[in-house]
Amino acid sequence: MQRMQGQAASKGFFAGPACVVADHAATYAHSGNPAQEAQALRDAVFSATLELQDLLASVEGEAADVIAFQIAMLEDEELVAPCWDIIASGEPADAAWRMAMGSQIENYLSSDDEYFRARVTDLEDIKSRVLRCLAGGKQVKAAAGTVLVGHDVSPSQFLSHDWSKAGAIVVSGGSITSHVAMLARSRGIPMVVRAAPWVETDGVHMLVDAETGAVILNPDAAATAAFEQKASAFAARQRVSEAFRLRPTMRRDGTRIQLLVNIADPAEVDHIDINSCDGVGLMRSEFLFRDGAPLPDEEHQYRAYRKVLEWAGEKPVTIRTLDIGGDKPITGLTPEGESNPFLGLRGVRLTLARPDVFRVQLRALARAAAHGNLQVMLPMVTLPDEITQAAQLLDDAEKELSAEGIACHKPKLGIMAEVPAVAISPELFKAAAFFSIGSNDLTQYTLAVSRDDARVSALSDPAHPAVLRLITGLIQYGADNNISVSLCGDMASDPKHVETLVKLGLKTFSVAPSMIGENKQAIASL
Amino acid sequence: MSDATQDSVVITHDVGLHARPSVALTKLAKTFPSKIEIAATADGPWIDAKSIVKVMAMKAKQHSTLHIRAAGDGAAQAVAAIKQLVIDDFAGA
Repeated sequence: MQRMQGQAASKGFFAGPACVVADHAATYAHSGNPAQEAQALRDAVFSATLELQDLLASVEGEAADVIAFQIAMLEDEELVAPCWDIIASGEPADAAWRMAMGSQIENYLSSDDEYFRARVTDLEDIKSRVLRCLAGGKQVKAAAGTVLVGHDVSPSQFLSHDWSKAGAIVVSGGSITSHVAMLARSRGIPMVVRAAPWVETDGVHMLVDAETGAVILNPDAAATAAFEQKASAFAARQRVSEAFRLRPTMRRDGTRIQLLVNIADPAEVDHIDINSCDGVGLMRSEFLFRDGAPLPDEEHQYRAYRKVLEWAGEKPVTIRTLDIGGDKPITGLTPEGESNPFLGLRGVRLTLARPDVFRVQLRALARAAAHGNLQVMLPMVTLPDEITQAAQLLDDAEKELSAEGIACHKPKLGIMAEVPAVAISPELFKAAAFFSIGSNDLTQYTLAVSRDDARVSALSDPAHPAVLRLITGLIQYGADNNISVSLCGDMASDPKHVETLVKLGLKTFSVAPSMIGENKQAIASL
Repeated sequence: MSDATQDSVVITHDVGLHARPSVALTKLAKTFPSKIEIAATADGPWIDAKSIVKVMAMKAKQHSTLHIRAAGDGAAQAVAAIKQLVIDDFAGA
């Protein structure tokens, strides 16, 4: 029995044999003759196009657009054109194709535009399909009802797979925001990404718990029994919570509770029914800032924020300004070599130190505010003066835009209550239009326990009486002064803490979209 | 180009000239026998509107101007049709 642990990218449980999604391309036999190499490449491109045309016939909607784009690229002589000179210089067909596609991919990767960068997945997909055709490989159709296992799974592999007998995906790479992860969530296919330590064996029996990200290979009877119990409990929870998803959020006595969602990627809203929630309690803008990529410009940020506001209509959307530092470094922005990054230059401390970066974001936010009900939230506030400074910058951004004749609006400015100083003395922060309790950091800072150290994780309890006392104080302060107080940490997504929070008087919860049903169900029982 | 036609249009599509719009544009261009080129500025560089590889590589964004020119058979119709496609927001692409 072996265990792997990864991140759950799409929730669910599945048990079945592993099917390794091979990285093809290895076994192409060169002819040594340029004319034959060129012909081999032409044939491979042609076969790859035919495969995609077959696939196109069986998909629709967004998936069909992805495949149509790949076909159009393959049908364009320009894609393969750079290969002819490379082959003429003596390189084999596969090397020529790799070089030509490599420089295309490089060009897409270097773009400052996220839509463009996202096409890299498609180019990688095209590249490996042609390489496999070149090696004479038939499309390896993974059997239905298996766990697809590999470094990563491509969109076309996902779309061409037969999911009629369920299945799951476990990859060593990947990301929860990848195209495939989104497809998996919308199809309800369990998926675990970044699994480690990596083991890859065809046919081995696997238990995939894509709720916690735990994967067991060759399980013994006890592990199987425990898994089955968890899986059926999960299925039962899903059925019940699904029934609650579109109901209003209210307690047994009919008292309404506001239920908001936490999101990162603006694309997430494509999969959330706006009628299932009361708006967005936390949009993490860090998603737009990727380590190693150029900083997103104003236009790019504006489009992302606007998308979410338009989706929400009149419902409130709270966007948190860039919260990096701590466990979320970005080269060039976050300081190097901090001895204790969680207590260092992070959140609003960092953005106030980098007005050049902050200004771009505040301008994009003020522009987006013209399209809906936006609130802006500052992370890691410790002193009232930080709100004053940020408010001044926001004011400047709004004035600049108005002077330029660009439509904008000044959104309300509130703060995260995550540094204990704010929770102990909320009355110092009168300038905040609202508070949102960040229970993860509030717990970490109050209990002096690291969020990411498994050896002390048992100490990390948001229901510790000291943390609860701070939360109570914030809720009370809000009620006495008519200031909205919500809670957007993991605690709000955990049904076992919901009862405590409701009894403390919390009126607004912000949860992971997948927890909407469970949360409503928990509230309805109180 | 003799008997060439040229025009320009502003891209309104949300994400600019990306995957789906580029597929639509190159498909339409290929239905005309004329040589059709597009550019981001009136001075070029002009690129082949029938090549999706090149059209994508322009990375034309929303609110940018797309210059279109064509020469040969059906040049005027080709320019008009492509302009209309952009105005129609790539038919919802």
